[in-house]
Amino acid sequence: MFEAVAFYLFAFLTIAMFFITVTTSQALYALSALAAGMIFISAFFFILGADFLGAVQIIVYTGAVMALYAFGMMFFDTTREVKEKKGNKFIIVGLATLCAVIIVAIFAAPIVSDNMLSLYPALEGAGNTQSVGLVLFTKYLIPFEVAAIMLLVAMVAGIVLAGKKMDLSLTLLNAEEIEKMDEEINKKVLS
Amino acid sequence: MDTAYLIETVIKVVVILLVFSALAGIGTYFERKILAFMQRRLGPMNVGPFGLLQVGADGIKLFTKEDIIPSNVVAPIFKIAPVITAATAFMAAAAIPFLPQFTIFGYTVHPIVSDIDVGILYILGVMAVGLFGPMLGGMASANKFALLSAARAAAVFISYEVVTGLAILAPIMMVGSLSLIDFNNYQIENGWILWTQPVAFVLFWIAAFAETGRTPFHLIANDHEIIDGFGTEYSGMRWGLFFIGEYANMFFISFVIPILFLGGFGDGSFLGAVALLGKMAFFFFFFLWTRAAWPDVRPDQLMWLCWKVLMPIAVVNVVITGLVMMF
Repeated sequence: MFEAVAFYLFAFLTIAMFFITVTTSQALYALSALAAGMIFISAFFFILGADFLGAVQIIVYTGAVMALYAFGMMFFDTTREVKEKKGNKFIIVGLATLCAVIIVAIFAAPIVSDNMLSLYPALEGAGNTQSVGLVLFTKYLIPFEVAAIMLLVAMVAGIVLAGKKMDLSLTLLNAEEIEKMDEEINKKVLS
Repeated sequence: MDTAYLIETVIKVVVILLVFSALAGIGTYFERKILAFMQRRLGPMNVGPFGLLQVGADGIKLFTKEDIIPSNVVAPIFKIAPVITAATAFMAAAAIPFLPQFTIFGYTVHPIVSDIDVGILYILGVMAVGLFGPMLGGMASANKFALLSAARAAAVFISYEVVTGLAILAPIMMVGSLSLIDFNNYQIENGWILWTQPVAFVLFWIAAFAETGRTPFHLIANDHEIIDGFGTEYSGMRWGLFFIGEYANMFFISFVIPILFLGGFGDGSFLGAVALLGKMAFFFFFFLWTRAAWPDVRPDQLMWLCWKVLMPIAVVNVVITGLVMMF
Protein backbone atom coordinates (compact mmCIF):
# COMPACT_ATOMS: atom_id res chain seq x y z
CA MET A 1 0.00 0.00 0.00
CA PHE A 2 2.83 2.35 0.87
CA GLU A 3 4.39 1.75 -2.53
CA ALA A 4 1.12 2.63 -4.26
CA VAL A 5 0.64 5.80 -2.23
CA ALA A 6 4.25 6.86 -2.79
CA PHE A 7 4.06 6.06 -6.51
CA TYR A 8 0.90 8.07 -7.15
CA LEU A 9 2.10 10.95 -4.98
CA PHE A 10 5.43 11.23 -6.78
CA ALA A 11 3.89 10.57 -10.20
CA PHE A 12 1.55 13.49 -9.65
CA LEU A 13 4.32 15.70 -8.26
CA THR A 14 6.74 14.89 -11.08
CA ILE A 15 4.20 15.57 -13.82
CA ALA A 16 3.06 18.77 -12.10
CA MET A 17 6.66 19.99 -11.81
CA PHE A 18 7.51 19.29 -15.45
CA PHE A 19 4.22 20.89 -16.51
CA ILE A 20 5.26 24.05 -14.66
CA THR A 21 8.69 23.83 -16.29
CA VAL A 22 7.29 23.98 -19.82
CA THR A 23 4.38 26.35 -19.26
CA THR A 24 5.76 29.12 -17.07
CA SER A 25 7.36 32.22 -18.54
CA GLN A 26 9.38 32.94 -15.41
CA ALA A 27 12.91 31.53 -15.70
CA LEU A 28 13.33 30.94 -11.96
CA TYR A 29 10.08 28.97 -11.71
CA ALA A 30 11.02 26.87 -14.71
CA LEU A 31 14.47 26.02 -13.36
CA SER A 32 13.29 25.28 -9.83
CA ALA A 33 10.45 23.11 -11.08
CA LEU A 34 12.89 21.26 -13.32
CA ALA A 35 15.23 20.62 -10.38
CA ALA A 36 12.34 19.48 -8.19
CA GLY A 37 10.97 17.20 -10.91
CA MET A 38 14.36 15.60 -11.50
CA ILE A 39 14.77 14.92 -7.79
CA PHE A 40 11.22 13.54 -7.48
CA ILE A 41 12.03 11.05 -10.24
CA SER A 42 14.61 9.49 -7.91
CA ALA A 43 11.67 8.48 -5.70
CA PHE A 44 10.60 5.96 -8.40
CA PHE A 45 14.03 4.36 -8.30
CA PHE A 46 13.83 4.09 -4.51
CA ILE A 47 10.34 2.57 -4.73
CA LEU A 48 11.61 -0.01 -7.22
CA GLY A 49 14.48 -0.91 -4.92
CA ALA A 50 17.14 0.59 -7.20
CA ASP A 51 18.73 2.66 -4.45
CA PHE A 52 21.96 3.21 -6.33
CA LEU A 53 20.27 4.70 -9.38
CA GLY A 54 18.09 6.84 -7.12
CA ALA A 55 21.05 8.36 -5.30
CA VAL A 56 22.90 8.86 -8.59
CA GLN A 57 19.82 10.54 -10.06
CA ILE A 58 19.84 13.04 -7.18
CA ILE A 59 23.58 13.72 -7.39
CA VAL A 60 23.77 14.02 -11.19
CA TYR A 61 20.73 16.19 -11.66
CA THR A 62 21.38 18.59 -8.80
CA GLY A 63 24.75 19.29 -10.42
CA ALA A 64 23.31 19.53 -13.92
CA VAL A 65 20.46 21.84 -12.95
CA MET A 66 22.89 23.93 -10.90
CA ALA A 67 24.84 24.58 -14.11
CA LEU A 68 21.56 25.54 -15.81
CA TYR A 69 20.87 27.99 -12.99
CA ALA A 70 24.27 29.56 -13.60
CA PHE A 71 23.31 30.11 -17.26
CA GLY A 72 19.91 31.42 -16.22
CA MET A 73 21.63 33.88 -13.92
CA MET A 74 23.84 35.10 -16.78
CA PHE A 75 21.13 35.41 -19.46
CA PHE A 76 18.01 36.59 -17.62
CA ASP A 77 16.92 38.86 -14.85
CA THR A 78 15.43 35.91 -13.05
CA THR A 79 13.03 38.00 -10.99
CA ARG A 80 11.19 39.22 -14.12
CA GLU A 81 9.04 37.36 -16.58
CA VAL A 82 10.53 36.47 -19.95
CA LYS A 83 8.57 37.59 -23.01
CA GLU A 84 8.27 34.50 -25.13
CA LYS A 85 7.66 34.35 -28.84
CA LYS A 86 4.70 32.06 -29.12
CA GLY A 87 4.01 30.33 -32.41
CA ASN A 88 1.02 28.21 -33.29
CA LYS A 89 -0.15 26.67 -30.03
CA PHE A 90 -2.00 23.81 -31.69
CA ILE A 91 1.09 22.55 -33.48
CA ILE A 92 3.10 22.57 -30.24
CA VAL A 93 0.39 20.81 -28.23
CA GLY A 94 -0.25 18.33 -31.03
CA LEU A 95 3.39 17.42 -31.49
CA ALA A 96 3.99 17.14 -27.75
CA THR A 97 0.99 14.83 -27.32
CA LEU A 98 2.10 12.73 -30.28
CA CYS A 99 5.63 12.41 -28.84
CA ALA A 100 4.26 11.37 -25.45
CA VAL A 101 1.96 8.73 -26.98
CA ILE A 102 4.75 7.33 -29.16
CA ILE A 103 7.19 7.10 -26.24
CA VAL A 104 4.62 5.32 -24.07
CA ALA A 105 3.90 2.96 -26.98
CA ILE A 106 7.60 2.21 -27.48
CA PHE A 107 8.16 1.35 -23.84
CA ALA A 108 4.86 -0.46 -23.40
CA ALA A 109 5.18 -2.64 -26.50
CA PRO A 110 7.59 -5.26 -25.07
CA ILE A 111 5.52 -5.50 -21.89
CA VAL A 112 2.25 -5.98 -23.76
CA SER A 113 3.66 -8.63 -26.09
CA ASP A 114 5.40 -10.46 -23.22
CA ASN A 115 8.63 -10.15 -25.13
CA MET A 116 10.75 -9.15 -22.14
CA LEU A 117 13.61 -11.48 -21.32
CA SER A 118 15.87 -11.00 -18.36
CA LEU A 119 19.15 -12.03 -19.94
CA TYR A 120 21.15 -11.07 -16.90
CA PRO A 121 19.14 -12.22 -13.89
CA ALA A 122 20.07 -10.63 -10.58
CA LEU A 123 22.82 -12.51 -8.78
CA GLU A 124 22.15 -13.90 -5.36
CA GLY A 125 23.88 -11.85 -2.71
CA ALA A 126 25.02 -9.08 -5.03
CA GLY A 127 23.94 -5.67 -3.77
CA ASN A 128 22.47 -2.86 -5.76
CA THR A 129 25.76 -1.25 -6.67
CA GLN A 130 27.37 -4.57 -7.65
CA SER A 131 24.48 -5.46 -9.97
CA VAL A 132 24.76 -2.13 -11.78
CA GLY A 133 28.50 -2.67 -12.13
CA LEU A 134 28.06 -6.22 -13.43
CA VAL A 135 25.62 -5.20 -16.16
CA LEU A 136 27.64 -2.10 -17.02
CA PHE A 137 30.88 -4.03 -17.52
CA THR A 138 29.43 -7.03 -19.34
CA LYS A 139 26.38 -6.35 -21.49
CA TYR A 140 26.74 -2.60 -21.84
CA LEU A 141 30.53 -2.38 -21.91
CA ILE A 142 30.78 -0.87 -25.39
CA PRO A 143 28.09 1.82 -24.90
CA PHE A 144 29.73 2.60 -21.56
CA GLU A 145 33.17 3.04 -23.13
CA VAL A 146 31.74 5.04 -26.03
CA ALA A 147 30.00 7.35 -23.56
CA ALA A 148 33.31 7.75 -21.70
CA ILE A 149 35.12 8.70 -24.93
CA MET A 150 32.34 11.14 -25.85
CA LEU A 151 32.62 12.80 -22.45
CA LEU A 152 36.40 12.99 -22.84
CA VAL A 153 36.01 14.64 -26.26
CA ALA A 154 33.48 17.07 -24.83
CA MET A 155 35.83 17.88 -21.94
CA VAL A 156 38.80 18.51 -24.25
CA ALA A 157 36.62 20.69 -26.48
CA GLY A 158 35.34 22.60 -23.47
CA ILE A 159 38.85 23.25 -22.20
CA VAL A 160 40.04 24.37 -25.64
CA LEU A 161 37.08 26.71 -26.09
CA ALA A 162 37.05 28.21 -22.61
CA GLY A 163 40.70 27.95 -21.63
CA LYS A 164 42.22 30.71 -23.75
CA LYS A 165 42.86 33.09 -20.90
CA MET A 166 42.77 30.61 -18.06
CA ASP A 167 45.89 31.91 -16.32
CA LEU A 168 44.61 35.47 -16.36
CA SER A 169 42.91 36.43 -13.12
CA LEU A 170 41.41 39.90 -12.92
CA THR A 171 41.51 39.83 -9.14
CA LEU A 172 45.28 39.32 -9.16
CA LEU A 173 45.99 42.23 -11.54
CA ASN A 174 46.40 45.74 -10.25
CA ALA A 175 44.39 48.67 -11.58
CA GLU A 176 47.00 49.84 -14.11
CA GLU A 177 47.34 46.45 -15.73
CA ILE A 178 43.56 46.14 -16.08
CA GLU A 179 43.39 49.63 -17.62
CA LYS A 180 46.12 48.70 -20.09
CA MET A 181 44.27 45.55 -21.05
CA ASP A 182 41.02 47.47 -21.55
CA GLU A 183 42.78 49.98 -23.80
CA GLU A 184 44.16 47.20 -25.96
CA ILE A 185 40.72 45.65 -26.31
CA ASN A 186 39.25 49.04 -27.21
CA LYS A 187 41.94 49.57 -29.84
CA LYS A 188 41.06 46.27 -31.43
CA VAL A 189 37.37 47.16 -31.42
CA LEU A 190 37.98 50.64 -32.90
CA SER A 191 40.45 49.62 -35.59
CA MET B 1 5.40 -3.69 6.53
CA ASP B 2 4.62 -4.38 10.17
CA THR B 3 3.30 -1.79 12.54
CA ALA B 4 6.19 -2.02 15.00
CA TYR B 5 8.65 -1.05 12.28
CA LEU B 6 6.46 1.86 11.25
CA ILE B 7 6.12 3.19 14.79
CA GLU B 8 9.84 2.74 15.43
CA THR B 9 10.73 4.67 12.27
CA VAL B 10 8.37 7.51 13.07
CA ILE B 11 9.78 7.78 16.60
CA LYS B 12 13.35 7.77 15.28
CA VAL B 13 12.55 10.49 12.74
CA VAL B 14 10.92 12.67 15.38
CA VAL B 15 13.79 12.16 17.85
CA ILE B 16 16.43 13.06 15.23
CA LEU B 17 14.45 16.10 14.16
CA LEU B 18 13.99 17.37 17.71
CA VAL B 19 17.50 16.59 18.95
CA PHE B 20 19.28 18.18 16.01
CA SER B 21 16.99 21.23 15.82
CA ALA B 22 17.83 21.83 19.47
CA LEU B 23 21.50 21.09 18.86
CA ALA B 24 21.53 23.61 16.02
CA GLY B 25 20.42 26.25 18.52
CA ILE B 26 22.96 25.16 21.11
CA GLY B 27 25.56 25.00 18.34
CA THR B 28 25.24 28.75 17.86
CA TYR B 29 25.89 29.19 21.59
CA PHE B 30 29.01 27.01 21.39
CA GLU B 31 30.19 28.91 18.36
CA ARG B 32 29.82 32.28 20.02
CA LYS B 33 31.47 31.12 23.24
CA ILE B 34 34.42 29.39 21.56
CA LEU B 35 35.00 32.26 19.17
CA ALA B 36 34.84 34.66 22.10
CA PHE B 37 37.38 32.73 24.16
CA MET B 38 39.73 32.49 21.20
CA GLN B 39 39.46 36.25 20.73
CA ARG B 40 39.84 36.98 24.48
CA ARG B 41 36.25 38.04 24.96
CA LEU B 42 33.55 36.58 27.16
CA GLY B 43 30.82 36.03 24.60
CA PRO B 44 27.18 35.89 25.68
CA MET B 45 27.10 36.42 29.46
CA ASN B 46 23.94 38.30 30.41
CA VAL B 47 21.08 35.89 29.76
CA GLY B 48 21.13 33.10 32.33
CA PRO B 49 24.23 31.49 33.88
CA PHE B 50 27.19 31.87 31.48
CA GLY B 51 24.71 33.18 28.92
CA LEU B 52 23.23 29.71 28.49
CA LEU B 53 19.69 31.00 28.03
CA GLN B 54 20.86 33.13 25.11
CA VAL B 55 19.74 30.26 22.88
CA GLY B 56 16.19 30.61 24.18
CA ALA B 57 16.27 34.37 23.79
CA ASP B 58 17.46 34.01 20.19
CA GLY B 59 14.75 31.44 19.57
CA ILE B 60 12.02 33.70 20.90
CA LYS B 61 13.34 36.54 18.77
CA LEU B 62 13.47 34.46 15.60
CA PHE B 63 10.03 32.93 16.09
CA THR B 64 8.23 36.14 16.94
CA LYS B 65 9.90 38.51 14.51
CA GLU B 66 7.79 39.71 11.61
CA ASP B 67 8.26 37.63 8.47
CA ILE B 68 8.77 40.23 5.76
CA ILE B 69 8.42 39.31 2.09
CA PRO B 70 9.84 42.28 0.13
CA SER B 71 7.70 43.49 -2.76
CA ASN B 72 10.00 42.75 -5.71
CA VAL B 73 10.99 39.20 -4.86
CA VAL B 74 9.73 36.05 -6.56
CA ALA B 75 7.57 35.17 -3.59
CA PRO B 76 7.02 31.37 -3.90
CA ILE B 77 10.71 30.61 -4.49
CA PHE B 78 11.76 33.13 -1.85
CA LYS B 79 9.49 31.42 0.67
CA ILE B 80 10.54 27.86 -0.11
CA ALA B 81 14.33 28.41 -0.27
CA PRO B 82 15.05 28.27 3.52
CA VAL B 83 12.87 25.19 3.82
CA ILE B 84 15.02 23.42 1.22
CA THR B 85 18.18 24.03 3.24
CA ALA B 86 16.69 22.87 6.52
CA ALA B 87 14.74 19.93 5.10
CA THR B 88 17.56 18.44 3.04
CA ALA B 89 19.94 18.64 6.01
CA PHE B 90 17.57 16.45 8.02
CA MET B 91 16.78 14.20 5.06
CA ALA B 92 20.48 13.41 4.75
CA ALA B 93 20.44 12.25 8.39
CA ALA B 94 18.21 9.32 7.44
CA ALA B 95 21.19 7.18 6.43
CA ILE B 96 23.58 8.12 9.24
CA PRO B 97 24.05 5.59 12.09
CA PHE B 98 24.27 7.91 15.10
CA LEU B 99 24.96 5.23 17.71
CA PRO B 100 25.59 1.48 17.72
CA GLN B 101 22.48 -0.63 18.12
CA PHE B 102 21.35 -1.03 21.70
CA THR B 103 18.66 -2.95 23.55
CA ILE B 104 16.10 -1.13 25.65
CA PHE B 105 13.32 -3.00 27.51
CA GLY B 106 14.17 -6.08 25.46
CA TYR B 107 13.70 -4.31 22.15
CA THR B 108 16.70 -3.85 19.86
CA VAL B 109 16.94 -0.34 18.49
CA HIS B 110 19.03 0.55 15.44
CA PRO B 111 19.73 4.27 15.72
CA ILE B 112 19.63 4.71 11.94
CA VAL B 113 16.40 5.56 10.17
CA SER B 114 17.12 3.50 7.07
CA ASP B 115 20.23 1.43 6.34
CA ILE B 116 20.06 1.73 2.56
CA ASP B 117 23.03 0.09 0.88
CA VAL B 118 24.09 3.31 -0.85
CA GLY B 119 24.19 5.34 2.36
CA ILE B 120 27.17 7.57 1.69
CA LEU B 121 26.09 8.44 -1.86
CA TYR B 122 22.62 9.30 -0.60
CA ILE B 123 23.98 11.48 2.21
CA LEU B 124 26.34 13.41 -0.05
CA GLY B 125 23.69 13.81 -2.74
CA VAL B 126 20.99 15.09 -0.44
CA MET B 127 23.37 17.37 1.44
CA ALA B 128 24.39 18.82 -1.91
CA VAL B 129 20.74 19.64 -2.65
CA GLY B 130 20.91 21.83 0.46
CA LEU B 131 22.97 24.37 -1.48
CA PHE B 132 19.90 25.00 -3.63
CA GLY B 133 18.53 26.92 -0.63
CA PRO B 134 21.11 29.72 -0.60
CA MET B 135 21.13 29.83 -4.38
CA LEU B 136 17.35 30.01 -4.84
CA GLY B 137 17.06 32.49 -1.98
CA GLY B 138 19.75 34.64 -3.56
CA MET B 139 18.23 34.53 -7.03
CA ALA B 140 14.68 35.10 -5.87
CA SER B 141 15.37 38.19 -3.77
CA ALA B 142 15.79 41.26 -5.91
CA ASN B 143 19.07 42.28 -4.33
CA LYS B 144 22.52 42.65 -5.85
CA PHE B 145 24.33 41.15 -2.89
CA ALA B 146 21.95 38.22 -2.78
CA LEU B 147 22.49 37.61 -6.49
CA LEU B 148 26.27 37.67 -5.97
CA SER B 149 25.99 35.10 -3.23
CA ALA B 150 23.75 32.95 -5.46
CA ALA B 151 26.44 33.01 -8.15
CA ARG B 152 29.01 32.05 -5.53
CA ALA B 153 26.82 29.22 -4.28
CA ALA B 154 26.71 27.79 -7.81
CA ALA B 155 30.49 28.13 -8.12
CA VAL B 156 31.12 26.50 -4.73
CA PHE B 157 28.73 23.69 -5.58
CA ILE B 158 30.33 22.70 -8.86
CA SER B 159 33.81 22.98 -7.33
CA TYR B 160 33.59 20.96 -4.15
CA GLU B 161 31.30 18.15 -5.27
CA VAL B 162 33.95 16.67 -7.56
CA VAL B 163 36.46 16.62 -4.72
CA THR B 164 34.08 14.96 -2.26
CA GLY B 165 33.10 12.30 -4.76
CA LEU B 166 36.63 11.44 -5.84
CA ALA B 167 38.06 11.59 -2.32
CA ILE B 168 35.48 9.15 -0.98
CA LEU B 169 35.95 6.82 -3.96
CA ALA B 170 39.24 5.36 -2.69
CA PRO B 171 37.85 4.25 0.73
CA ILE B 172 34.74 2.91 -1.04
CA MET B 173 36.99 0.79 -3.25
CA MET B 174 38.66 -0.65 -0.16
CA VAL B 175 35.45 -1.34 1.75
CA GLY B 176 33.52 -2.52 -1.30
CA SER B 177 30.26 -1.06 -0.07
CA LEU B 178 28.51 2.28 0.16
CA SER B 179 26.71 1.59 3.44
CA LEU B 180 28.00 3.43 6.49
CA ILE B 181 27.34 0.34 8.64
CA ASP B 182 29.66 -1.64 6.35
CA PHE B 183 32.27 1.10 6.66
CA ASN B 184 32.07 0.76 10.42
CA ASN B 185 32.31 -3.04 10.34
CA TYR B 186 35.25 -2.93 7.92
CA GLN B 187 37.14 -0.71 10.34
CA ILE B 188 36.59 -3.08 13.26
CA GLU B 189 38.60 -5.73 11.42
CA ASN B 190 41.11 -3.66 9.50
CA GLY B 191 41.74 -0.64 11.68
CA TRP B 192 40.81 2.94 10.91
CA ILE B 193 40.68 3.93 7.25
CA LEU B 194 42.50 7.10 8.29
CA TRP B 195 45.80 5.15 8.50
CA THR B 196 45.46 3.65 5.01
CA GLN B 197 43.79 6.64 3.31
CA PRO B 198 45.16 9.80 4.95
CA VAL B 199 44.99 11.75 1.68
CA ALA B 200 41.33 10.92 1.13
CA PHE B 201 40.63 11.89 4.75
CA VAL B 202 42.21 15.33 4.39
CA LEU B 203 40.52 15.95 1.03
CA PHE B 204 37.12 14.94 2.37
CA TRP B 205 37.62 17.12 5.41
CA ILE B 206 38.50 20.14 3.29
CA ALA B 207 35.50 19.48 1.05
CA ALA B 208 33.31 19.24 4.16
CA PHE B 209 34.14 22.87 4.89
CA ALA B 210 32.93 23.85 1.42
CA GLU B 211 29.88 21.63 1.78
CA THR B 212 28.76 23.30 4.99
CA GLY B 213 29.96 26.73 3.90
CA ARG B 214 32.20 27.21 6.91
CA THR B 215 34.90 29.74 7.25
CA PRO B 216 37.73 29.26 4.84
CA PHE B 217 34.97 28.79 2.26
CA HIS B 218 32.36 31.00 3.85
CA LEU B 219 32.13 33.09 0.70
CA ILE B 220 28.43 32.42 0.09
CA ALA B 221 27.42 34.68 2.96
CA ASN B 222 30.49 36.74 3.70
CA ASP B 223 29.33 39.40 6.10
CA HIS B 224 32.18 41.76 5.37
CA GLU B 225 31.87 41.95 1.60
CA ILE B 226 28.33 41.01 0.54
CA ILE B 227 26.40 41.79 3.77
CA ASP B 228 24.74 38.43 4.46
CA GLY B 229 24.55 37.29 0.85
CA PHE B 230 21.39 35.27 0.28
CA GLY B 231 20.16 36.14 3.77
CA THR B 232 20.12 39.89 3.19
CA GLU B 233 16.39 40.10 2.44
CA TYR B 234 15.31 37.45 4.92
CA SER B 235 13.96 38.05 8.38
CA GLY B 236 12.55 36.10 11.27
CA MET B 237 12.16 32.36 11.15
CA ARG B 238 12.93 32.02 7.46
CA TRP B 239 16.40 33.36 8.14
CA GLY B 240 16.52 31.09 11.18
CA LEU B 241 15.76 28.07 9.00
CA PHE B 242 18.90 28.77 6.96
CA PHE B 243 20.81 28.73 10.24
CA ILE B 244 19.23 25.49 11.45
CA GLY B 245 20.09 23.90 8.13
CA GLU B 246 23.70 25.07 8.28
CA TYR B 247 24.29 23.91 11.84
CA ALA B 248 22.45 20.62 11.38
CA ASN B 249 24.63 20.03 8.31
CA MET B 250 27.73 20.71 10.42
CA PHE B 251 26.63 18.17 13.01
CA PHE B 252 25.76 15.56 10.40
CA ILE B 253 29.01 15.92 8.50
CA SER B 254 30.82 15.75 11.86
CA PHE B 255 29.14 12.36 12.32
CA VAL B 256 29.92 11.20 8.79
CA ILE B 257 33.67 11.95 8.86
CA PRO B 258 34.44 9.77 11.95
CA ILE B 259 32.19 6.97 10.67
CA LEU B 260 33.98 7.00 7.32
CA PHE B 261 37.56 7.42 8.47
CA LEU B 262 37.96 7.18 12.24
CA GLY B 263 36.40 3.86 13.09
CA GLY B 264 32.86 5.10 13.71
CA PHE B 265 31.29 3.58 16.81
CA GLY B 266 33.68 0.62 16.78
CA ASP B 267 32.39 -2.75 17.96
CA GLY B 268 29.18 -1.27 19.31
CA SER B 269 30.06 -1.17 23.00
CA PHE B 270 29.06 1.73 25.23
CA LEU B 271 32.62 3.01 25.02
CA GLY B 272 32.44 2.99 21.22
CA ALA B 273 29.28 5.08 21.28
CA VAL B 274 30.88 7.62 23.61
CA ALA B 275 33.98 7.65 21.40
CA LEU B 276 31.85 8.43 18.34
CA LEU B 277 30.20 11.33 20.15
CA GLY B 278 33.66 12.53 21.23
CA LYS B 279 34.99 12.41 17.68
CA MET B 280 31.87 14.21 16.47
CA ALA B 281 32.43 16.91 19.11
CA PHE B 282 36.04 17.30 17.99
CA PHE B 283 35.10 17.79 14.34
CA PHE B 284 32.37 20.26 15.28
CA PHE B 285 34.87 22.13 17.45
CA PHE B 286 37.33 22.14 14.56
CA PHE B 287 34.75 23.94 12.39
CA LEU B 288 34.62 26.70 15.00
CA TRP B 289 38.38 26.68 15.52
CA THR B 290 39.07 27.33 11.83
CA ARG B 291 36.55 30.13 11.90
CA ALA B 292 38.56 31.85 14.62
CA ALA B 293 41.95 31.10 13.09
CA TRP B 294 41.61 31.36 9.32
CA PRO B 295 40.84 34.14 6.86
CA ASP B 296 38.28 33.64 4.12
CA VAL B 297 39.33 32.79 0.60
CA ARG B 298 38.08 34.47 -2.55
CA PRO B 299 35.74 32.58 -4.90
CA ASP B 300 38.43 32.26 -7.59
CA GLN B 301 40.86 30.90 -4.99
CA LEU B 302 38.32 28.30 -3.92
CA MET B 303 37.77 27.19 -7.52
CA TRP B 304 41.53 27.13 -8.13
CA LEU B 305 42.03 25.03 -5.01
CA CYS B 306 39.27 22.57 -5.82
CA TRP B 307 39.87 22.09 -9.53
CA LYS B 308 43.63 22.50 -9.88
CA VAL B 309 44.94 21.16 -6.57
CA LEU B 310 42.49 18.91 -4.75
CA MET B 311 40.92 17.18 -7.75
CA PRO B 312 44.23 15.99 -9.29
CA ILE B 313 45.38 14.77 -5.87
CA ALA B 314 42.12 12.89 -5.43
CA VAL B 315 42.42 11.30 -8.88
CA VAL B 316 46.03 10.22 -8.20
CA ASN B 317 44.90 8.82 -4.85
CA VAL B 318 42.19 6.75 -6.53
CA VAL B 319 44.64 5.41 -9.13
CA ILE B 320 47.26 4.49 -6.51
CA THR B 321 44.62 2.80 -4.35
CA GLY B 322 43.48 0.81 -7.36
CA LEU B 323 47.03 -0.28 -8.19
CA VAL B 324 47.78 -1.29 -4.61
CA MET B 325 44.55 -3.30 -4.41
CA MET B 326 45.29 -5.05 -7.70
CA PHE B 327 48.87 -6.13 -7.01
